[in-house]
Amino acid sequence: MSSLTYVVRRLSLAAPLLLGMSVLVFGLMRVIPGDPAVVVLGYKATPESIHAMRESFHLDEPLPQQYVRWLGGVLHGDFGIDFRQNEPIGRMIVDRLPVTLELTALAALAAALIGVPLGLLAGARRGGPADRASLAVGLVGISIPDFWLGIMLILLLSLAAGVLPSSGFVAFAEDPLENFRHLALPTLTLAASRAAALGRLTRAAVLDVVHRPFVQFARAKGLGERAILVRHVLPNAAIPIVTVIGLQVGYMLGGAIVVETIFTLPGLGRMTLDAVLERNYPVVQSGLLVVGAMFMVVNLLTDVLYGLIDPRLRRR
Amino acid sequence: MRLRGTSPVAVTGFAIVVMLALLALAAPLVLPGSPTAIASALALRAPTAVEPFGMDDLGRSVLSRVIHGYRVSLGVALASVVMAVLAGLPLGLFAGYAEGVVDQLIMRPLDILMAFPAILLAIALTSVFGTGVLLVSLALGIVYVPIVARVVRAAVLATKAEVYVEGARAVGATAPRLVLRHIVPNCVTPLLVQASVLMAIAILVEAALSFLGVGVRPPTPSLGLMLSDGRGFMLQAPWVVVFPGLAILTAVLGFNMLADGLRDWLDPQQGAARR
Repeated sequence: MSSLTYVVRRLSLAAPLLLGMSVLVFGLMRVIPGDPAVVVLGYKATPESIHAMRESFHLDEPLPQQYVRWLGGVLHGDFGIDFRQNEPIGRMIVDRLPVTLELTALAALAAALIGVPLGLLAGARRGGPADRASLAVGLVGISIPDFWLGIMLILLLSLAAGVLPSSGFVAFAEDPLENFRHLALPTLTLAASRAAALGRLTRAAVLDVVHRPFVQFARAKGLGERAILVRHVLPNAAIPIVTVIGLQVGYMLGGAIVVETIFTLPGLGRMTLDAVLERNYPVVQSGLLVVGAMFMVVNLLTDVLYGLIDPRLRRR
Repeated sequence: MRLRGTSPVAVTGFAIVVMLALLALAAPLVLPGSPTAIASALALRAPTAVEPFGMDDLGRSVLSRVIHGYRVSLGVALASVVMAVLAGLPLGLFAGYAEGVVDQLIMRPLDILMAFPAILLAIALTSVFGTGVLLVSLALGIVYVPIVARVVRAAVLATKAEVYVEGARAVGATAPRLVLRHIVPNCVTPLLVQASVLMAIAILVEAALSFLGVGVRPPTPSLGLMLSDGRGFMLQAPWVVVFPGLAILTAVLGFNMLADGLRDWLDPQQGAARR
């Protein structure tokens, strides 16, 4: 199978999944007990205002019709308007997307730069003090609640030492330095546990390779340990490492909800959570779909990437 | 499966888990004070010999609330994992044993659930179900069903190819007998490892949900709620956020260590490499 057909086949699997996701998020928001119009209007509800709201949000239409109307809009980039401020949801998403993307990208980079070298180091010197230390750090690292780590960082570095800001966001275009200063703690918070997970799995990937015959052969012919690691071990451990980085980025999209809330960053995750708390269903529905779609794209890219690294995997 | 060469990691993990479970069960007997008794005179009192974790902003014992928090944490985690296994085990068995159309019918919808980040799906589900201990357990249980089903299905597919299953089939064993006698026992160990990992994640996610205000409701003492309540006072009284966080860390660490140890038993070759 050529690279192109492989990529096309992978992409074609994404369409039904996306459709399924849209049905799920739409369905979820419709099985919530109670009339959304009554919930949103609260004590101010009058029969007229309820009627007007049901009218303007098409709540009286049959569900399939509402679904098709929503999905048709989404496919044209029109996510409808929200229940509270009558703001276009598409606009809200476009405003918040860059924050979440930057945070996730920085955290993924940080996790990879910390986790992969640590894992390589530990795996190459198996059983040594560095390896034992990294095992302990890795176990504690994956067990730290990220929101607690964020709180501790705020307590120590913002409130007590006053080194870095604990909340708010400055756009990169506005002031690059302030942008990084505001994202430093959130990035560290989001990256820490993922770096630990990545370190553990990199180590396992390396250990899986170091016993293979071709490594023993390289050693037998007198190649130095460093050359063996760089030329023989690393390329063969790359596939599981790439896969795991992909999984971690996906995890971070979920973790971003928590981190954005702690550091009051105006991202997609916080938008969705706020919408859940104020029962702003159209926003919840679209926020879920967009974050879910991003998650899917990351998984898809990972699949395609390792299909390209290792042609044998394309046959599956 | 023989229980040889138990690693110190596994033993420590097991010990932590058992101790915390006993502590949570025996909470009413061992507690130094009530988790909800308010004593404003003691508000934000620093840790002492009697109250080693100090007092919170309403003068409630932080130690007492942490131990009661464990009841909620471990209870929610256990309930959600049990629910996920009750639903995921049969689904994975059917999908793996039948393959083909049945497999597709079961696994494709579960793929949709797995297409969302776990915490996001949990938030979405609690927005439908509402908050509170039982509903949060239910939401987490649903989030974990596809994970359990996948693990079981993979174990079934691997076992089906074994010679002794072929043999049993050849001598006329019925499908239910094949599944129950020969296939299910081979799913137990991977399922135990996964359950231990899921317990660790469930404790983290429940704490996160409660922290975000979509999990357990106050005044139920929950470790996540304690952290969100304590944030406002943490500069004057760091103990209100330090100890609940350490408590979550300890429990999650215990289950992760247990999972690592179980994994070593399951796959001695890989385990030896990992150690």
